[in-house]
Amino acid sequence: MSTSNFTRRGLMKTGAATGAGLALPTIFTSAASAFTNEPTGDTVTFGFNVPQTGPYAEEGLDELRAQELAVEHINGMGDGGMLNTFSSKALDGTGILGKKVDFVTGDTQTKTDAARASARSMIEKDGVIMINGGSSSGPAVAVQALCQEAGIISMAGLTHSNDTTGKDRKRNGFRHFFNAYMSGAALGPVLKEVYGTDRRAYHLTADYTWGWTQQESIQASTEAIGWETVNNVLTPVGAGDFSSYITPVLNSGADVLILNHYGGDMVNSLTQAVQFGLRDAEANGKNFEVIVPLYSELMAAGAGENIQGVYGSMNWNWQLQDEGTKAFVKSFGEKYGFPPSGSAHTCYVQTLLYADAVARAGSFNPCAVVEALEDFEFDGMGNGPTLYRAEDHQCFKDVLVMKGAENPTSEYDNLEIVEITPVEQVTYAPDHPMFGGAEASLGECNDGT
Amino acid sequence: MKLLGLSAKDTRFLLIVIFLTLATPVLLQPFPENSGLATFNAGYPDLMQRFAIFGIFAIGFNILFGLTGYLSFGHAAFLGVGSYTVVWMYKLLDYNVVWGLPLAVVTSGVFALLIGFVSLRRSGIYFSILTLAFAQMSYNLAYSVLTPITNGETGLQVYRSDAQVLLGANEPTSPHFFGLVMSKSTKLNLGDWQFTFNNGYYFTAIIAIIVFYISLRIFRSPFGLMLRAIKTNQTRLNYTGINTRPYALAAFVISGMYAGLAGGLMAAMDPLAGAERMQWTASGEVVLMVILGGAGTLMGPILGAGFIKYFENIFSKINDQILQGWFAWMPDWLSGLLIEISHFFVGKSWHLTLGLLFMLVVIFLPGGLVEAGQRIARLFKKKPPEDKDPGHHPQPAPHVAE
Repeated sequence: MSTSNFTRRGLMKTGAATGAGLALPTIFTSAASAFTNEPTGDTVTFGFNVPQTGPYAEEGLDELRAQELAVEHINGMGDGGMLNTFSSKALDGTGILGKKVDFVTGDTQTKTDAARASARSMIEKDGVIMINGGSSSGPAVAVQALCQEAGIISMAGLTHSNDTTGKDRKRNGFRHFFNAYMSGAALGPVLKEVYGTDRRAYHLTADYTWGWTQQESIQASTEAIGWETVNNVLTPVGAGDFSSYITPVLNSGADVLILNHYGGDMVNSLTQAVQFGLRDAEANGKNFEVIVPLYSELMAAGAGENIQGVYGSMNWNWQLQDEGTKAFVKSFGEKYGFPPSGSAHTCYVQTLLYADAVARAGSFNPCAVVEALEDFEFDGMGNGPTLYRAEDHQCFKDVLVMKGAENPTSEYDNLEIVEITPVEQVTYAPDHPMFGGAEASLGECNDGT
Repeated sequence: MKLLGLSAKDTRFLLIVIFLTLATPVLLQPFPENSGLATFNAGYPDLMQRFAIFGIFAIGFNILFGLTGYLSFGHAAFLGVGSYTVVWMYKLLDYNVVWGLPLAVVTSGVFALLIGFVSLRRSGIYFSILTLAFAQMSYNLAYSVLTPITNGETGLQVYRSDAQVLLGANEPTSPHFFGLVMSKSTKLNLGDWQFTFNNGYYFTAIIAIIVFYISLRIFRSPFGLMLRAIKTNQTRLNYTGINTRPYALAAFVISGMYAGLAGGLMAAMDPLAGAERMQWTASGEVVLMVILGGAGTLMGPILGAGFIKYFENIFSKINDQILQGWFAWMPDWLSGLLIEISHFFVGKSWHLTLGLLFMLVVIFLPGGLVEAGQRIARLFKKKPPEDKDPGHHPQPAPHVAE
């Protein structure tokens, strides 16, 4: 049926063309650079991949403000912010190694797939050398794996799951933010003091890597102080309406509700829990309590007065009184008119830490940067003395235990610091079972060649 | 010239498609690297792969929707099934895509057979609702219930601790086809222009050409004619004693397999499968692609897929900084005003621009972008095509969006 007219002449032509086609790649590769996206001009491009839509969008937009500020400070504009208080003085406000910093932005949509697609186009189209940002662990883990494959550096933003520097840790990925285990370790003793040892907890947990590991960590630390875990219910991210999950809580025999939710989800679930009268209720002869293990200012602002007296933990808060915090809050406030959130802080610090590591290493090569960041000790970035541990690329620093302020004076001081938990109390072994155990490893550094 | 059982006209058409597909890395990179217009360049691997993959997805969807008129709102489910299959093959065997892709086609075909068998008991809006319900069910299963299989919101990924029984010592640790690593590219610098020739793109492009050829043959076959007959008047077919269900079901399964292949290729380009690609928005997207391009035409779905993906990836990345760069030469008040206005149409508001364009196309070009092409072509022809027998032409089927 088919009437193809293959002639000898045609075949030879095709053969010659195919041969030439096969030979071409060898010609092209000679122009390849030493590592992925090696900056050749007088600028270097950072990729800021943050959620601009979806349940964690508020955090993402605040991150973007801080990243813009960090780029300004590296390029020598503005007042320099934390560069003045940072213990390392390798950055002098003239860009990095003589190159000005440029940046591109992307929208992760708070979705793993979209985050990865956006990061890929940044690497391939815009030629970014480092990706920073994000306020969810799902995307953070996926983007970190992508950076590892592509041979660039991932400076994770707000990601609190144990997995990011646990079982999913990567040599090219770094996390400054604290994690779920640290939240549990810091909250445990405080909860014991205020709520006693005889409590029954009910968990509502966001159904993805962060929710799972946070629930695991909080359950472990509350059970260590004698609490009992009644139930753990997984809820989809971005559910919007949590009423069907909250209704059964009151009659479950629990007297504490632990909301392993974040962002817009946490605002909704906490507001609904309060509307359902949970905080005025009594169970087992005690006041019913709500705990939000991971706090942020933006969530607190969204939840309004519902947050009063609710305990949680934070990586950093603008009300801290050290020099680094003051410098950052001042320059952020002058530019945008309000204090920065914790997610903004971690992205700002990560951007500076990357720039500083490049300056100290004297090269943009990701493997040199990895070497410069591993076991790097620094101070003056708002968290006190901090260590970037080489075994898992996790920062170790003090953790804040927070409480919703009873009498806030403005929408920005609706959280108060209860305790600054010292770093020793939240440190763990790199092969801790919650962090992938002995099997977890960073693998080899990849520079894309 | 006739090739592979195609008429001379179709052969020419296929050759044009092959040329366009293979030359994509050059055609999509019209602006020099450092010019202000470089933002509009689309010749980078990720986007080109998406063009080809969603082209396959839309071609397959068009076999169902364009030919039989059955509007499925659940095709993203098959896309997801394909992706999960391929990633599971990475986890169990190794990174060679040769195991996963055929299996993705098979599993999505079986899945389509099940869903199609139930859904095709109804037609019209009820069919659409049934497929939508099944797809949402699959999405929710993947998102929360079946997390041990799908890893939920985190997305299914390959870990170092996975079995990977076939993994050789020197084998690449990212998706490859017998050693041809998908993520590897060769770059060609010509003056200020940079062209990227990516292995993964050419792998997808060749598959896309093959499946385009298959769809061309289906369109021209007696089977395709029967599918068109279903669209034109299914009741009349039934009265003449023809059972149309098996034909519709076959079309449904074929388009499901196309979707599975597209999903598998997504995982072949990037070894991660997220549940979001099964969501109803993804199903709706392929409907938009086909309608925007021109349902029932061969080229339309591919155009539509390219159009939407271009908007999603290029317009969504134009932020205020880039706008400021463009308007910097204007007086302050004017550039400020223009940025304020453009702000609603670019960046994260790109959906608005797409929505407006979609409305324009549906209102003024019911035949999609293909109709636009035809109208332009007609302008240049000397006389309008003669209709030799106007009385004996079937009425064109009403457009779905009317």
